[in-house]
Amino acid sequence: MQPLIAPKRHQSHPSAPRVGGPSTPLGRRDPAPSRGSYRLQRFLLSPWVQVFLRIGVPILIIALPLAVYFSDTARRTAAMTVVQEMKHTIEERPEYQVTLMSIDGASPELTDGVRRALALKLPISSFHIDLAALRAQIENLDAVAHADLRINTGILQVSISERAPALVWRLQDGLHLLDATGRRLALLRARTDRMDLPLIAGEGANLAAQEALRLLMAAGRLSPRLRGLVRVGARRWDMVLDRGQRILLPQNDPENALKRLIALDQAQSLLARDVPVIDLRITARPVLQLSPQALEVLRRKNDNLSVGTKL
Amino acid sequence: MKDLYNAQRMMRNMRKIALQKGVIALLDVGSSKITCLILRFDGEVRPSDLADVQALSSAAGTHGVVPNFARQPLFRIIGASTTKSRGVGFGQIEVMNETERAIRTVVQAAQKMANLKVDQAIACFSGAEPRSYGLVGETQVRESFVSEQDLARVFAACHMPDLGISRDVLHAQPVNFVLDARTGLSDPRGQSGTRLACDVHLLTVETNAIQNLAYCIKRCDLELAGVASSAYLSGLSSLVEDEQELGAACIDMGGGTTGVSIFVKKHMIYADSVTMGGDHISSDISKGLQVPLAMAERIKNMHGGVQATGMDDREMIEISGDSGDWDKDRRQISRTELIGIIRPRVEEILEETRARLDAAGFEHLPSQQIVLTGGAAQLPGMDGLAGKILGRRVRLGRPMRINGLPQALTGSAFSSIVGACLFAVQPQDEWWDFDVPSERYPAHSLKRALKWFGDNW
Repeated sequence: MQPLIAPKRHQSHPSAPRVGGPSTPLGRRDPAPSRGSYRLQRFLLSPWVQVFLRIGVPILIIALPLAVYFSDTARRTAAMTVVQEMKHTIEERPEYQVTLMSIDGASPELTDGVRRALALKLPISSFHIDLAALRAQIENLDAVAHADLRINTGILQVSISERAPALVWRLQDGLHLLDATGRRLALLRARTDRMDLPLIAGEGANLAAQEALRLLMAAGRLSPRLRGLVRVGARRWDMVLDRGQRILLPQNDPENALKRLIALDQAQSLLARDVPVIDLRITARPVLQLSPQALEVLRRKNDNLSVGTKL
Repeated sequence: MKDLYNAQRMMRNMRKIALQKGVIALLDVGSSKITCLILRFDGEVRPSDLADVQALSSAAGTHGVVPNFARQPLFRIIGASTTKSRGVGFGQIEVMNETERAIRTVVQAAQKMANLKVDQAIACFSGAEPRSYGLVGETQVRESFVSEQDLARVFAACHMPDLGISRDVLHAQPVNFVLDARTGLSDPRGQSGTRLACDVHLLTVETNAIQNLAYCIKRCDLELAGVASSAYLSGLSSLVEDEQELGAACIDMGGGTTGVSIFVKKHMIYADSVTMGGDHISSDISKGLQVPLAMAERIKNMHGGVQATGMDDREMIEISGDSGDWDKDRRQISRTELIGIIRPRVEEILEETRARLDAAGFEHLPSQQIVLTGGAAQLPGMDGLAGKILGRRVRLGRPMRINGLPQALTGSAFSSIVGACLFAVQPQDEWWDFDVPSERYPAHSLKRALKWFGDNW
């Protein structure tokens, strides 16, 4: 027999959590957040947590599995080989191969020297060519002023501007070519190979090459008689003329001293006389050194004069 | 008194911190609903913005007031939420944990909408038996012009009435300054004169109400940055500028209380509350028609009115129910009957309000505009009935428009929370915004010594 009671129309859920307070007749849940969820929401809304959630958590999600995966050495090496192989196949493609090296603007000897210095094994991938290092290597060569390297579809183009030789420098071990700045360019086998260039000698002469060139310019009408310049004590120049004649130039302002001497020579043709050494080292007191014969002649002349005066 | 003074200063500091952070929460703890707004400050307003705001407001054709926006930070509401209040009755807290949970609900929802955490809140409530006092103080000006210290001393010279046991000052606003023979000064600082007097409007409420509210807000991990009376805030938001200037009363008909505030010269000079409101109408309907309170509320909102016409005899209202008794659940009443239940209660509220206005001397004001606002003011015909009972011009007021306020929150029921926005952005000067007289401050003795030194050398 059925009970004479109608079923309740609104079943209140016994499982629904009652969060305190007087119960509503229909047992509806209170919309108020619990103290914990309220605090949690406020915590999540605080600025630094927001920043962490927006930036830190994505980074962690990406980085953590990667770190775990690559913590195994075998996996790491496998991945490295794959990467290396890919790199290798790309490098070895024919588009990137350099098969030729062309060198412009250098003499045949220098071209050979450059090829020897670089020692490139062609063909080579352009990824393996370090143009800056090659350039430094070329510019290390004495005869090269500067070099310009570029790769044009499989050709390594080297443009070189050579240094121009300006002086011949005689040392004990032989002859060297110098450029206008005094930089050594090459060995010279014989003086006769470059008779067009003036000769300098002495230790440290290369360091004063520019001064030497200025002196040579200033020599003017002495040029035909000029044999060369000798650096003395790495501080001043001697100008050597033919017949073993020597002009000792001062350390300071040798050009003007030379000019004065040239003027004197013009007026009194000093250099044509038998004066082996003209000492201009002290500007205020030039000294002439006579040869013994000349001295003898002078002495006799003086004696005659003194006899004459006595008489 | 001293404690509250310090507490109010601390709340002002909290408000300053909130201004620096750029967000503040506003809470209206009412008897029928609890509302939370989150306000964001966007820096100083530019003149072009000002023009836009005014154009928008006038184009919308609202009754809203556009107060002086100049030098006022531009603000925007970024979070809003409202919920049915629990544990609040007659405008004050009756059940602490229920209220706390209701506050938590709104604050959480508003924070979620704003996607921000707020730490400071300004709260307002309507109950706790507010009482108004007018204080008068007088002092001699020390130097030839009025300085901050003179203001401090004139406030200190005010005769403090006996506030009663466990009552605290909620608002203490200087309303008027008198300098020699001139009265009606709003800011005498820097003016020359010899005798300075001031009128201060003091509003006191029960201490327990403030303490309970502060405790509930603290339990929600918020710091209190200000407390205000709802009646005052409703007046701020729903009276237009000239009404505030010339004299007007704002009647905020809320759920549990009806707040009355009188403004003149842009200052509140009187506030009071009648402990009757919309909830009493609903409960009358519930008792009279034998229906649950929720349904009574619904019937009031859908069919309520205060002025019966012949048409209303024929308009029948279905009253459903789930008592199980078919006859009881299938009743019909005419709208006239409903109005017959509502009207006496509304008349009672309005008569009580009128008594408060008369007691305050409202008839002496130059203009006697009355503005009805609050949820219960939305009953149709309310303005006509109020006009008859209060005997003056009455209009229905809506709160002014504010950037970002949701459409659902623009009704007259939300005038006090909108007023709280204005209060948060630019509060009127209160007693605690001025200096303390230096005589009362042992901490400043060094300063005084230096001053003596400076004066004598």
